Amino acid sequence: MNATEGKNEIIRISPAELPIRAMEMKEKGLRLSQACAAWVKKEERLELSYSFVDDTTYDIFNLRIELSDKAAEGETVKEGCGRDAEVASISGIYPYAAFYENEMRELFGANIKVIDPDYHNKLYRIKEETPFVPKKEGEAK
Amino acid sequence: MGVMTFAGTALKNLFSKPVTTSYPAEPAEYKERTRGHIEIEIDQCISCGMCTRACPCGTLSIDKIKGTWTINRFDCIACGFCVEKCPKKCLTMVAGYQEPGGEKGEVTYTKSPEVLAEEARKREEMAKKAAEAKKAMEAKKAAEAAAAAAGEKKDN
Amino acid sequence: MSKRSVIPYGPQHPVLPEPIHLDLVIEDEKIVEAIPSIGFIHRGLESLTDKRDFNQMAYVAERICGICSFGHGYGYCETVEHIMNVEVPDRAKFLRTIWFELSRLHSHLLWAGLMADAFGFENLFYQCWRVREKVLDAIELTTGGRVIFSVNKVGGVLKDITPEMQKMILETLDFVEAETKVLKKTFMNDYSVQSRMKGVGVLTKEQAKALGCAGPFARASGIATDMRMRGYAAYGELDMEPIISNDGDCYGRCEVRIGEIFQSIDLIRQAIAKIPDGELAAVVKGNPNGEYFTRIEQPRGEADYYVRGNGTPNLDRMRVRTPTFANLAGLCETLKGADYADIGILVVTIDPCISCTER
Repeated sequence: MNATEGKNEIIRISPAELPIRAMEMKEKGLRLSQACAAWVKKEERLELSYSFVDDTTYDIFNLRIELSDKAAEGETVKEGCGRDAEVASISGIYPYAAFYENEMRELFGANIKVIDPDYHNKLYRIKEETPFVPKKEGEAK
Repeated sequence: MGVMTFAGTALKNLFSKPVTTSYPAEPAEYKERTRGHIEIEIDQCISCGMCTRACPCGTLSIDKIKGTWTINRFDCIACGFCVEKCPKKCLTMVAGYQEPGGEKGEVTYTKSPEVLAEEARKREEMAKKAAEAKKAMEAKKAAEAAAAAAGEKKDN
Repeated sequence: MSKRSVIPYGPQHPVLPEPIHLDLVIEDEKIVEAIPSIGFIHRGLESLTDKRDFNQMAYVAERICGICSFGHGYGYCETVEHIMNVEVPDRAKFLRTIWFELSRLHSHLLWAGLMADAFGFENLFYQCWRVREKVLDAIELTTGGRVIFSVNKVGGVLKDITPEMQKMILETLDFVEAETKVLKKTFMNDYSVQSRMKGVGVLTKEQAKALGCAGPFARASGIATDMRMRGYAAYGELDMEPIISNDGDCYGRCEVRIGEIFQSIDLIRQAIAKIPDGELAAVVKGNPNGEYFTRIEQPRGEADYYVRGNGTPNLDRMRVRTPTFANLAGLCETLKGADYADIGILVVTIDPCISCTER
């Protein structure tokens, strides 16, 4: 049997680029395999990853959005890349992305706009207050 | 498209013995590797605490001075990580599951008095040695300080 | 047009195997739309990374699901191994493959039983689970657990399958194969069974693609995708082809899964014939630092794992995307236009595992 390991790439993009990159992926016939958020403690950065996969070659392309209020030394935070930068939902392009986006917004506080269907931060019916990532500086606890 | 495809199986079923056993009237059969619950040979234990740090659900605790090893069997998930980590191999996974109970409770195993006495003696010895070493160190330091002071005087 | 009404369905409902809530818009007996909602059993296992180190997380990952537990443990370990550049010994790879396929066998037999139960064939359900019991016995013999194996660790496996055990597994496989052949006749040829499954909940290839379905659910609609073809573990050295069906209905899904039972039996036989001698685990030093995405084929479909380490024992993020999460959209599509009485079957045909979906 020929094992096809496939490519495994991480492509860094800005939040504004997301819809157009997602459209490109859709045109290429790729499937949205998953989307997830991660909180990187050391750099205090929120990372959104959208994984697109090819079902025949088993390639995987991960679009990565990095949102942070802390800039690297000698740099300023790029506009539209702050912690609560608006990220447009791709649920219009990939309808089933809505579940992932609802999850990212509820548990990690990503500011994803216009998700359809919107579960209003209650996809998971939990008692605890979400999101679970640390609050922004200066924000009341 | 078939009809009566299941008739053979159903008929066979009618005339064969049940495949189930009437547990608990009949005892259950356990395999050799069955992860039922953890047992400890407490006298082999060196109270190193590897198992308590390994346990993913924090069910184990030890007390070095009292020589005890405590497990809350209702929290234990029988993963066997502590058995894997134990340097003295005094923990073992044995067959037989934890029986249900009215309330959660801990089980404490205490080392036998002889082992405890031996450990206490060793600890005392260690403490003595440490104290001696400390004394020696202090004496050395004092001597050094005195020597340094003497040297300074000479310079002046 | 007749009157539309909305019926709340679940989370507690006799036909549902797990707590999922559906808001069904129905017109007479036909479902017009289904809006799913989950979230009754979110356990927050992923955020346990804050409190447990990466070795302990292997055991936590395993307990995400009670049926595909081996796969979750394996997927997590493989991801961490990739980050840490650990070369797993060949024997461990083969052992993992054997256990993975045994878990697939028991999962598919469990599903076949649930399916029989869903279309009201209790006796067939007993028979499927009777066969499954032998698989569980083989698993208990080799790992010590019946459904939670706990044999994976970062770097390899903890236990070996001795030659006697291999012989026992082969005997079990012979038994399972013979019995499943008998049961297959009922599933595939029986008139009354076919009348419940044929043409019910049709999902075309285009729809399955557009909705991002994964695993046997997608393969039943003619999409030939199987993560095992990626060749992880020892799959690269075994012969296999994805099993597909072009029906796209419940019958097709049943056909795919029953085909996969025989495929798993074949794969285990191949793996046992080819298994090399060697070490069980590689030595792992240090802490993971980096990130990686892995995809593996669970019994229920494709599962994604994402691990991000930061150089400390506690990971920044462990993410598991379970197959049911991907198939929820497909489920709602199949429900549209279905009869109210078929909901039970349709929910079961995606082989749902809501507990692992919510983690």
